[in-house]
Parts: sequence; C-alpha cells; structure tokens
Amino acid sequence: MRTLQVAQGVAWRTLHNVVTNPSLLLPSLIFPLFFFTAFAGGLSRISDVPGFDYPNGYTAFQFVFVLLQSAVFGGVFTGFGIARDFENGFARRLLLAAPNRLGIVLGYALAATGRWLITASFLTAVAFAVGMRVGGDGVDLFGLYTLALLMNGAAVLWSAGVAMRLRTMQAGPIMQLPVFLVLFFAPVYVPLALLQGWIHGVATVNPVTRVLEAGRGFVAGQPTEVGLAYGTGLALVLFFSIWAVRGLRSAERAG
Amino acid sequence: MSAFADQVYLLGRRSVVRTIRQPANVVGPLIFPLLLLAVNSGGLRAETRLPGFPTNSFFAFALAVPFIQGALFATMNTGTDLARDIQTGFLNRLSLTPMRGIALLCGQLGGVVVLTIAQVAVYLAVGYIVGVRLESGLAGLVVIVLFAILVGLGFGALGAFAALRTGSGEAVQSLFPVFFVFLFISSMNIPRNLIAVTWFRDAATANPVSYLLEAVRSLIITGWDAEALALGFGIATAIAVVALALSSWALRVRMAR
Repeated sequence: MRTLQVAQGVAWRTLHNVVTNPSLLLPSLIFPLFFFTAFAGGLSRISDVPGFDYPNGYTAFQFVFVLLQSAVFGGVFTGFGIARDFENGFARRLLLAAPNRLGIVLGYALAATGRWLITASFLTAVAFAVGMRVGGDGVDLFGLYTLALLMNGAAVLWSAGVAMRLRTMQAGPIMQLPVFLVLFFAPVYVPLALLQGWIHGVATVNPVTRVLEAGRGFVAGQPTEVGLAYGTGLALVLFFSIWAVRGLRSAERAG
Repeated sequence: MSAFADQVYLLGRRSVVRTIRQPANVVGPLIFPLLLLAVNSGGLRAETRLPGFPTNSFFAFALAVPFIQGALFATMNTGTDLARDIQTGFLNRLSLTPMRGIALLCGQLGGVVVLTIAQVAVYLAVGYIVGVRLESGLAGLVVIVLFAILVGLGFGALGAFAALRTGSGEAVQSLFPVFFVFLFISSMNIPRNLIAVTWFRDAATANPVSYLLEAVRSLIITGWDAEALALGFGIATAIAVVALALSSWALRVRMAR
C-alpha cells in the first residue's frame, strides 16, 4: 500500500511538472509529429520501390515507427527529469521521505506512461486526420498500443537506472544515444526484407525489429510475430526493472 | 593592423584550444553526423531503385548531409562558447581592454573554420574508405572544402548572433531543434523531384538548406553542375553576409562601453 502511495505522489508531481511546463510538454508533442511529417511526407515514394509490399501505405508504415519512437523517448525524457531531481536535491529528500523507495521507481514509470499517452493521443489524431489507412480492428490497435507501453516502460526503467547511478543531467547522452541507435538500427524506412548489407544483419538481431514488425502487422490487420514481440517487450521490462532497482540501491548507498 | 591580427590570432587559438579541451564538442560534430549517415545510408539504400534516382550509391548521395549537419554543430558550439563568455563576465572584462570587439568575433569564427576543416577531412576520408569517388575530381574537393568553410562561417556567425542577443547558452541550445527541422524538411534524404507529397516538395524547394546540400551533392555525384553550385554558393554567401552583419551589430550593442 505504501509503495502505491509513494508511486502515486511521484507520478502526480512528475506529470504536473510536465503538463504545466511548455518547455517540457511541447518537445514531446512536436518531435514525434515532426518525424512523422518528415518520414511519411518526404519519403512516401519509397512505397514505389519494387518489393515494398506493406498494404496500408507509407503513412501507416511510418506511423508505427514514430509511435514506438515516441513511447521510447517519452521514457527517456522522464529519465532526464529523474537526473534533474537528483541534481537539484529533490530526489535525495524523496529518498529520505519515502517509506518504500521502490514506489519512487514505480512512480516515475507511471508518469512516463501518462506522459506518453498524451503524445500518443495527439499523434494518433494527426495520423487519422491526414488519412492514415488502418486495416486492423480495435483488438489489433489495442495490441499495438500495449506493445508501445511495454517499450515505454523498458525505456523509462533504463533511463532511471542510468539517472540514479550518475545523478547528473550530463548523463543525458548516455540515456539517449543507445536508445537512438537501437531504434534506428531497425527497419525504419523499409521492411526488413528490403534492407541490404550490414544493416540487414544488425536489424535481424535487433529486438526492436520484432516489436516494429508486430506493430506494423497490427495496423495492417495481419498480426505477425506477436508472441516474439510481446516476449521481447516483457523481457526488456524485466531486465531493466532489475537495472533500475539496482540503480536505486546505488543512489541509496551514495546517500 | 598588426595588433588586430594578433588579437584575432590569440582569440582564435583560445577558441580552438577550448573546443579541443571539451571532447564532447569535438566528438559530437564528428561522430553524430557519421552515425546518422550510417543509419540512413543503410536503411534507405532501397531508394536507389526508384526510377530517376541520380546514383546507385545512397552513401554517395547522403554524404552531403554531414557537411551541413556539422555546420549546425558549429553554430551550437560557437554560440554556446560565446554565451559562456558573456555569462562568466569574460566579455565584460574584454571590454575594459583596448582589444577590438570585432577581433573576438573573428577569433571565434577562426576556431569554427579550423573545426570545419577537420570535419570535412574526416567526412571525405570516410567517404573515400567506403568507396565514394568525387565526380568533380581533385578540384571538386577544393571547392567542397571552400564551400564547407563558407557554410561553417555563416552558421557560426548565426550562433554568435544568438549568443550575443540572448547571453544564454540554453537559449542557443534551444535553436538546435529549429535548425534540425530545416535539415529534415529538405532534400536531405531524397531528391526534390522524387518527393511525392506536394506540400513537402514545396517546403523543401523553399528551404535554403536543400540548395546547400545539393551544391555539395552535385560535386560528389554529378560533377560540375553550374546551377547547383551557383545556388549553393549564392545562398551560403547570403547567409554568411547577413549573419556576420547581425552578429557584428549585436556585438557592438553587447560591448557598448
């Protein structure tokens, strides 16, 4: 019970900070929209490449990537907030006050979810407004958003682990760069089968590829690799939960 | 004149040394554009199969992007360093000396030129290793270096202007996303004539960054394209002239004794 109360308090404060501060809220809304525009708008001719067989058009193809990207970066941006809390001393006071400190990590994770839900609603509304074609039904779309939530959870737990170990805003690139690379080493612009050379090899073993392919399958109404994608998402959440809790212990030891 | 040259030299050396002492300021402008190049050239290679695509190597097509992206980093570095000079009071102390204000700007931009040359050398070397050969030959290489210096000067002066007007490193950093938007809404990833969405093609056509990219790209994959070079050099010169005029004015205001 105490854990949930702590989590609720941390989540409310973090979300309140984000929603009432335009410099935090606007980038998380504008950046995904910008990537969606740049990719779906600028590169739509790629759907004419021989072998490009995604049935719902390039806008839907890119929507899935941008949705997952926004989920992941929603988690990373929350990690920046954790680092800021450590830098300005708030997190130390929080560690002293919380009867159960696991609630702190849970609270940040809940805040990341809330933050991403705002972004996802906005992005989805824009995608439908520009005529995105969806072949899947409500269950398929629920599958897509659940998958994105798992990625959001994994990302915030990764970032929380880094932030709690390093406790400085200068850890930002360490949180961001690996995530950026893992995302972009997946089949971002074309289906996996159309990738050639080294990037095909990297994308094939990249766990994000499974999630992306499953997400695109949901939107097309032709679910594919669902078990593997959910297994990957859950494994990432589990692994980074351990990482985040160990980060919390590291912060506790640092005092 | 000699005293002015000494001032520029000293401040230029300070700018270069300060950049070298902050590895993030050297590594970022070198590595990040190359990472994006690697990611995009791998992921978008299939684009070369589109009818009308100007080359069969997407890497060669995309090699122009790091030059412009590197210039964006130069903007941020120059602006952030100058803002720090303002925030720490260095500029105020400088205004108590006989040193001419414009020497500070020239010195700072001298540092940008040195970093730009280093970036160009790295990007061209990577391109050469991957198998890209300039269609414009050795003379084209010289033109690319000159063009990159001109673009670096222009963007560096823009960063200096932002720093001098705001006096805040954070404000300068917040410009980065704006420049990034200009980069992405351009012919960065696909030739303008192959962009299918009309409004995007129009935006890319109106975007000066498209012409900067196309000037470098023409030297790499086409050879000597007078129109692309004239547009590229014309726009780069215009940006540099306007940015230098603005930053000189802002410097006079900031250093009013």
